[in-house]
Amino acid sequence: MKETFDVAIVGAGPAGISAACILADAGVKTIVLERGEFPGAKNVSGGVLYGHNLAQILPDFSERKCPIERNIVESRIWYLSKDGGFSIGYNDSIFAGDRKHNAFTVGRAKFDRWFAEQAHQKGALVVPSTTVVDLLRDDKGAVCGVVTSREDGEVQAKVTLLANGINSPLAAKTGFRAEPKPDQVDLAVKEAIELPAEVIEQRFAVGNGNGVTIEIMGDITCGMEGIGVIYTNRDTLSLCIGANLADMAAAKVKPYDLMESFKQHPMVAPLIEGGQPREYVAHWLPEGGYDAMPQIYGDGYLIAGDSAMLFNALHREGNNLAMASGKMAAEAIIEALNKGNCSRSSLAGYGQRMMDSFVMQDMRKYRNFGHFRYHNKEIYDQLPRVATFAGREMLTVNGVSKKQKQKIIMQELRKETSLFRLARLLWRGWRSVK
Amino acid sequence: MKIEDKLFLDRFKVDEEDSHIKIKDGNKCLNECPDQPCLYFCPANVYRLETDHISVNYEGCLECGSCRIACPLLNIEWRFPRGGFGISHKFG
Repeated sequence: MKETFDVAIVGAGPAGISAACILADAGVKTIVLERGEFPGAKNVSGGVLYGHNLAQILPDFSERKCPIERNIVESRIWYLSKDGGFSIGYNDSIFAGDRKHNAFTVGRAKFDRWFAEQAHQKGALVVPSTTVVDLLRDDKGAVCGVVTSREDGEVQAKVTLLANGINSPLAAKTGFRAEPKPDQVDLAVKEAIELPAEVIEQRFAVGNGNGVTIEIMGDITCGMEGIGVIYTNRDTLSLCIGANLADMAAAKVKPYDLMESFKQHPMVAPLIEGGQPREYVAHWLPEGGYDAMPQIYGDGYLIAGDSAMLFNALHREGNNLAMASGKMAAEAIIEALNKGNCSRSSLAGYGQRMMDSFVMQDMRKYRNFGHFRYHNKEIYDQLPRVATFAGREMLTVNGVSKKQKQKIIMQELRKETSLFRLARLLWRGWRSVK
Repeated sequence: MKIEDKLFLDRFKVDEEDSHIKIKDGNKCLNECPDQPCLYFCPANVYRLETDHISVNYEGCLECGSCRIACPLLNIEWRFPRGGFGISHKFG
């Protein structure tokens, strides 16, 4: 494989393929190296993708038969204790009408494969079953290609785009990004549970082809910082549950046991009843935030997507940050190639574009959100217990006056925490997302 | 549902020649690591405590990478399986 390319892209996920599409459209000679036996074979996400960002790469993605599972018309948030919990949601028919495909679910094994096929049709070379194990550097230390696990597997390239995800032994080996610390990632496990499409539509009260997302916090993560989700696909449900890896290691909780108790929660069990598990996978979520981001470009290379720690936990956005960063990286690469120079200063257009875009603006806005969740564990423990106690007390009709019930609830609250601590928690939470 | 049954749902192409996971020094696991958290946090139950060592059942690895960074002694060498090997998601 001793061939020279303009651009070598490591990883055929949303970041890498977005860049490959833009580059191939501009006639740039591009190779994408993917370690899975097909693009998507190793990839996992909760499963929500955003039409706006995909349309910026492929304006006609619907006509190109993008493998959409369900169009999202309703988003729910649950705050749970062991026995029950609170649910709020927002449903809007505009998301089935004018703003259809604002958000939709996908299975990454199908979606990434399809997405890579579009890049291939545009002229990019996508090579699966090929693991990049090292970077090539010239005598000045600039990256000038990659080393793959194949025989004679060196690929020379003027620029290399590292879009190889959050779990990257390549990053650890070459130092382009520091290895994450255990408290900088959430370890999530996911099951796909098969149910007939009409059963899903009945249980979630949506019309044909539409779907719901549920984001879940509380006691389900046993006091660890973490989150669960339920997303509707065409004829499967995606159930994910994850917790901070440092918390998980300290608590000696097994992720698959966490998943089993999640599935048995009284608000979850009826939704999946009768369903058949079809797949079980695991993946990290990048939780390091803005302050854990690496230098996103250097001499001869750029970093995009999860690999650059791009993730917005509050709004469960990651794929769109990957796509947007991949696109901006590609634009900066085209500029640099036109200048005939791929040094760090020549690639600075990437940094500038990122700073000017929603990607870095959101990363900065939420830079303290991960820290807040990690250091205020009562969100996952005492608070859901008190909240459930309050809900249960207020809704139980038993001849006790409401004034008296308020007193009982306040007493219970004081047992778990103090009003001062609660006020401080709310203030800190607000400050971390404002 | 047991972990064995969960892993049975997945499609693995096992690299019979080479394990992509190695414990660097098995003695350290027994003598210097009282908590042995890998026995718990690994989502594929790759690490199992045998009578005199921790075994590495790399065939069912889900490739999350957690053991590489969360081993308290950083005593686990973990790389990607060779291209095309390991888990292949049907859904993802």
